[in-house]
Amino acid sequence: MSNSIMVLVEHRQGAIRDVSFEMLTAARKLGAGNVEAVLMAESCDLLAPAIAPHANKVVCVSGPIFRDFNYEPYQKALVKLAAERKPAAILIANSAFGTDLGPSLAVALNAGLVSDAVACTKADSGFSVSRGMYAGKLVADWAVRSEPSVIMVRQSNFKAEPASLGGTVEKWDAGDVVSGAKTKFLSLEEVPTTGIDITKATIVVGIGRGIKEAKNMPLAQEFAQDIGAVLAASRPVVDAGWLPKEVQIGSSGKTIKPKLYIALGISGAFQHIAGMKGADTIIAVNKDPKAPIFSVAHYGIVDDLHKVVPALRTKIKEMKT
Amino acid sequence: MEIAVCLKRVPDTAEADVKVDASGKDIVRDKLAFTINEADNYALEEALLAKEKHNANVTLVSVGAKESEEVLRMGLAKGATAAARIDSAGLGETDGIGIARVLAGWFQGKTFDLIVTGAIASDDGNSQVGPALAELLGLPHAAYVTKLDIQAGTATVKRELEGGFLEVKELATPCVVTIQTGGNAPRYASIMGIKRAGAKPIEQAAPAKAESKTQLIKVYVPEIVGAAQMVEGTVDEKALKIAQLLKEKGAV
Repeated sequence: MSNSIMVLVEHRQGAIRDVSFEMLTAARKLGAGNVEAVLMAESCDLLAPAIAPHANKVVCVSGPIFRDFNYEPYQKALVKLAAERKPAAILIANSAFGTDLGPSLAVALNAGLVSDAVACTKADSGFSVSRGMYAGKLVADWAVRSEPSVIMVRQSNFKAEPASLGGTVEKWDAGDVVSGAKTKFLSLEEVPTTGIDITKATIVVGIGRGIKEAKNMPLAQEFAQDIGAVLAASRPVVDAGWLPKEVQIGSSGKTIKPKLYIALGISGAFQHIAGMKGADTIIAVNKDPKAPIFSVAHYGIVDDLHKVVPALRTKIKEMKT
Repeated sequence: MEIAVCLKRVPDTAEADVKVDASGKDIVRDKLAFTINEADNYALEEALLAKEKHNANVTLVSVGAKESEEVLRMGLAKGATAAARIDSAGLGETDGIGIARVLAGWFQGKTFDLIVTGAIASDDGNSQVGPALAELLGLPHAAYVTKLDIQAGTATVKRELEGGFLEVKELATPCVVTIQTGGNAPRYASIMGIKRAGAKPIEQAAPAKAESKTQLIKVYVPEIVGAAQMVEGTVDEKALKIAQLLKEKGAV
């Protein structure tokens, strides 16, 4: 039985993703002195130096098969590594990569799995992990007692802190992770755009489910025009086809940091908050006083946007005359 | 071609007040409306599109109480061929992998070219069942797929990555694919479809063991920790205060 906390470093196209440093910070708090960063890449030499200060050990698993994320070879390697090292927990990001790997890895390891973790502490022979439910309206605490525990960590939630641990870099041979492969990474594509870049706007109005129907969109569009804002959206509005994918704010869309962000009828699911919490001033309008958006907004109005926005437009018009 | 779709009936809490019940481990459900898990609805649509393209059979399966049959009937009404409900009564407390084990038990001895389910559950917010089920069945998988193209022997998928990227992958079939919202336009059931679905039998299945290695301790409403200044008054008063704020910030 080991006390080590293993963290799978996440990288894409040669760049380490921020969540890796967030997870390493969380791991240091859980297992001080025993943090092993696992780096699987085509060649670890380029990326390992950036990781070494943040962990006690960097386990380098090199090979062309690891160049692009693919759960299949990553999982085979991790199962073998975990059998040798017997970590207490393996932290993986609750990301597009991590959600493709975590659950199948947990089954392969016969491990307990908690996904979308927002807090984690040590508990008797395991961990106590908090996670969100009902789009953030509730939090659930889970006990995971197996060894290892597989914990999928929410992105942009834990704060990444600097460190200077000077972790030793160790090369580890994964052996054959290629034969019998049933999956193949082909390529990365960018979602087609029409040229609107919401990340460059200084004022952004975000529309959410509260707009209710496509026929109400003009209200939002005209309000955006009134204040010289770019119109953007949370996921449900884009899924419904009322605005294009390129104006989606959130973890699977764009991250914006405008001077001013006005969220209309957006509840504030964590995926959305991750994409806008850096805005200088955030104003939120939502009917539900418990909407999670109010935990990041600077100003909040609990009311129906269909009442507030027309009244607001009138006041703005009066101010301009 | 045989396609299976795993569906979940969930409470519609987007606009509802979510309250913790007396047990401290669940929510008060009596005033809530229920619906199909949104991502599962997109998965169902993918299956129906593949059914039309390949003349496939689509079998629906759901782990749930009797009420889950509403969601199965809706799927049948949209064009699915058959449906099964695995009874959840008596499963006790379990977790995502536990549910995957129950489903895996039902899939034993059955052959499907493709199993689809939603990438995420809107109630518990978990993205676990699909990949866990795949591993239990010894099948390859892909999660968070927005575009799926299945042929004989191969599935080509596009997975949604952060920041507006898609990861293109090929999987051998049979495989399990979890579908993210927004990649297609879920159809509505026709009146004829609803009528026909009413007459179809829904297979009743007993659950396999739902062994789980995690345990729910409690659920609670989070403190809204933040410094949001709440703007009060009548609609007009609030509008005026915000208009003044916008002016301060240079938006007017």
